[in-house]
Amino acid sequence: MDQVSKDQYVIEKNGNKYEVVIGLEVHAQVLSDSKLFSTSATKFGSEPNTQVSLVDAAFPGMLPVINEYCIKQAVKTGIGLNAKIHKKSIFDRKNYFYADLPQGYQISQYKDPIVGEGNVILDLPSGPKTIGIERLHLEQDAGKSIHDIDPGSTLVDLNRSGVALMEIVSKPDLRSPEEVNLYIKKLRSIMRYLGTCDGNMQEGSLRADVNVSVRKFGDDKLGTRCEIKNVNSIKFMQMAIEYEANRQVELLEEGGKIDQETRLFDTKKNQTRSMRSKEDAHDYRYFPDPDLLPLEFNDEYIENVKKEIPELPDQKKNRFIEKFKLTPYEATILVSDLDTSKYFEKVIEKSDVKLSANWITGELFALLNDKNLEISQSPIGPENLSKLLNLISDGTISGKIAKTVFEIMSKDEEDPNVIVKEKGLKQESDPKALEVLIQKVLSSNEDKVKEYKSGKDKLFGFFVGQVMKESKGKGNPQLINKILKEKLNG
Amino acid sequence: MSNITDLSLNELVDNVKSKKISSKEITNAYVERSKKSNKLNTYIEQTFDSAIKNSEKFDKSPNLEKKLPGIPFAVKDLFCTKGIKTTASSKILENFIPTYESTITQNLWDAGAILLGKLNCDEFAMGSSNETSYFGNVISPISDNLVPGGSSGGSASALAAKLTPATIGTDTGGSIRQPASFTGTVGLKPTYGSCSRYGIVAFASSLDQAGPMTRNVKDCSLLLEVMSSFDHKDSTSVDFKRPNYCLDLNKNIKGKKIGIPKEYRVDGMPKEIDKLWEKGKEYLKDCGAEIVDISLPHTNYALPTYYIVAPAEASSNLARYDGVKYGLRADGENLIDMYEKTRSQGFGEEVKRRIMIGTYVLSSGYYDAYYLKAQKVRKLIKNDFDDVFKKVDAILTPSTPSSAFKVGEKSNDPVSMYLNDIFTVPVNLAGLPGISIPAGLDKNNYPLGLQIIGKPFDEQNILNIAYSMEEKINFKLNIKDWWIK
Repeated sequence: MDQVSKDQYVIEKNGNKYEVVIGLEVHAQVLSDSKLFSTSATKFGSEPNTQVSLVDAAFPGMLPVINEYCIKQAVKTGIGLNAKIHKKSIFDRKNYFYADLPQGYQISQYKDPIVGEGNVILDLPSGPKTIGIERLHLEQDAGKSIHDIDPGSTLVDLNRSGVALMEIVSKPDLRSPEEVNLYIKKLRSIMRYLGTCDGNMQEGSLRADVNVSVRKFGDDKLGTRCEIKNVNSIKFMQMAIEYEANRQVELLEEGGKIDQETRLFDTKKNQTRSMRSKEDAHDYRYFPDPDLLPLEFNDEYIENVKKEIPELPDQKKNRFIEKFKLTPYEATILVSDLDTSKYFEKVIEKSDVKLSANWITGELFALLNDKNLEISQSPIGPENLSKLLNLISDGTISGKIAKTVFEIMSKDEEDPNVIVKEKGLKQESDPKALEVLIQKVLSSNEDKVKEYKSGKDKLFGFFVGQVMKESKGKGNPQLINKILKEKLNG
Repeated sequence: MSNITDLSLNELVDNVKSKKISSKEITNAYVERSKKSNKLNTYIEQTFDSAIKNSEKFDKSPNLEKKLPGIPFAVKDLFCTKGIKTTASSKILENFIPTYESTITQNLWDAGAILLGKLNCDEFAMGSSNETSYFGNVISPISDNLVPGGSSGGSASALAAKLTPATIGTDTGGSIRQPASFTGTVGLKPTYGSCSRYGIVAFASSLDQAGPMTRNVKDCSLLLEVMSSFDHKDSTSVDFKRPNYCLDLNKNIKGKKIGIPKEYRVDGMPKEIDKLWEKGKEYLKDCGAEIVDISLPHTNYALPTYYIVAPAEASSNLARYDGVKYGLRADGENLIDMYEKTRSQGFGEEVKRRIMIGTYVLSSGYYDAYYLKAQKVRKLIKNDFDDVFKKVDAILTPSTPSSAFKVGEKSNDPVSMYLNDIFTVPVNLAGLPGISIPAGLDKNNYPLGLQIIGKPFDEQNILNIAYSMEEKINFKLNIKDWWIK
């Protein structure tokens, strides 16, 4: 890789060009009503310690019992990541003491995870790029320590204790903050399609540990990496990577050496700082959990799960391109989010595909962006958008009027047919009525007509504008053009 | 009529069913005797008042279909009992009251049994003499100043002293069979997965198994029938068809092949034990069984393997006693300081020793050499048994390499203490059922036991063998009530 192409992410210092190598460990909360080893609820935002069973709080003699549904969710996710499903996997205990870890160990999977190698395909501007997945394993979440309510003590909320997480470990295949952005979004999209994780980063359903190293372009050997723990937004991940990569490059350029360590990202100062060095790393004393038998299932089980896998983003994208003749760009945007793709497919049931794609990626996205809404919260539902587009297609309203109607719909959430009728926005397409208006414009602008006829062609636009004005914007532009031309040239 | 407390469990059940004795009469008899036996230090918690109330309740509308109709039971304090203090004989759980019931005790109450109280044991079941209990050591009714064995020492002592008609213990490396052997009683460790571990304070999860401790083999089969059940709350519980152990109990062992493992003849074992073992073989032959010499070549490695696996699991299982959620909490400057003080004050010496061993063998750099190797050896030990069980139906061994020892005799010598479990530990490592039955006395008139080891889930077979031998041995426990003034 001696050639550094212009779209690659490069950090340059003292004339030396560095590339950034990134691997992610994403913690995705399994979408499940109950916890991984207990029957407690998992609802977000409940009163502290109201979703805690004796198992979650690690009372003496309590034993974990695997939640079959969480296993299925992990297998589904593995299939969605084109990964190898391990028919035998083992739950291990990861031992460490902390106030919000009631058992004194976390049940996780160490040497034998439920899912092995797979991949995720990113749609980069330069074309598709495959990011390798190392593994996916199941583990319990810890509780939450709260330090800022009682000045004298730490409070513990165990609602999250025992909630199922999937840890998805990527290979060190990512090369820029933008690739990380696309990777997280793609991963989230796949899991939302599968219904295995809601991907809600504000609620902590998706967090990541980010491994960052740098090396000079052309080097084969990976540099020493630092792990930035528990970053909970894409923006922070990108900021942390940029800061960390630059820090490492500067250190190397000063003749220093990178220490393998765990770092924290301080979102207020926008910098990473050392949390613990490799020497201080915990010895987790992993060993197979004797309370749980190895998890085993057969091919038939996997086949049955496969039957439940819906069409995934990559497949859907290809279908949209082939069946609807969308551009890859349009298709990528429309499938990136399951709800968007559903919205699109609903609209095109009754409306023109191309027009639908344009309006959804244009007007609708702008509206949602502006109001900071998800498509599922859109004030304009797919049925109403479809009706609006059909009003354009059948010539009832012009595209321009449609934008006005769209704006009214975004506030009133009303049926566009009703709006057009009530506000009298229907396009004037009666040639006789338009002729009257045109005649009026021409009569009151006789001097301009003369100028036009003597060769000042540019004035045609002026006449169109005047007629439109007379029609209060409702005149059919094609018809106005046609009649006007006849009158002026005839 | 003889004294109520002299009757066996089965006799009591029969008498209740035929309405000759009421539950209250039985309960009263055991309460009265227990009250006079504080010197043995068997009880940690006595629930005599509620026991009597419950017996009255039972008598008012007796359900005689039950397997243990209105029979009072004192149980090892490792079983969580709802609303009743459960300590595991540790300071760290000194005031812990569970809000839940262990499956095993629930099975007992569902069968009509009544709780008399919670019995002393080694702290977290770690010990072979009941000297590691925070609540003081237990004395054997066999003789003043003699240990009852451990860890179910309180259970064995209470049973032998007739403070409970039968009882339950837990056995991780011999904790039922060794004290049974020391006190002249019957103790069975079932196949791993037969009895639920739900609600039992965990010591070493892959080895722990609850089992019955009784005065005779028939009682043992009845109690096992009540205890053993499939429990979805314990992922290692096995769903197999459980026989009616008591109903199916018989003395027909004709043609059964019994293996005698040469590796169990250890150096320095008292002659009496050897003699007893020989006598056992003779009895079996008299019953029509065939004696087969066998070899279990990895027996020597069982004890070191056990003392890696069990502490490793224990070190992790006991991490939850950290002062945060329940149990003892010592004040500390910060979280780490609180942990250190709580656990330093809350755990006894033996428990600390095993936590340290377990932490060490799981540590990075030592894991492969200790824990992983021990797991491999454990597999070899299991294979030894699998191989011989192709040739024999059961195995006969001594239960222990010596009889009961004096209080304090071994408490400062952990290795010598650990050697007590040399014949019982392989059975736990292989997950097999094993029963200890009283077989004779040594020169001091201290009881000695023989152990019968069976195939997985073949409890009926070893019970039948034990039942046949019991008749031939005709062991009589001659205990004078010296501790009652």
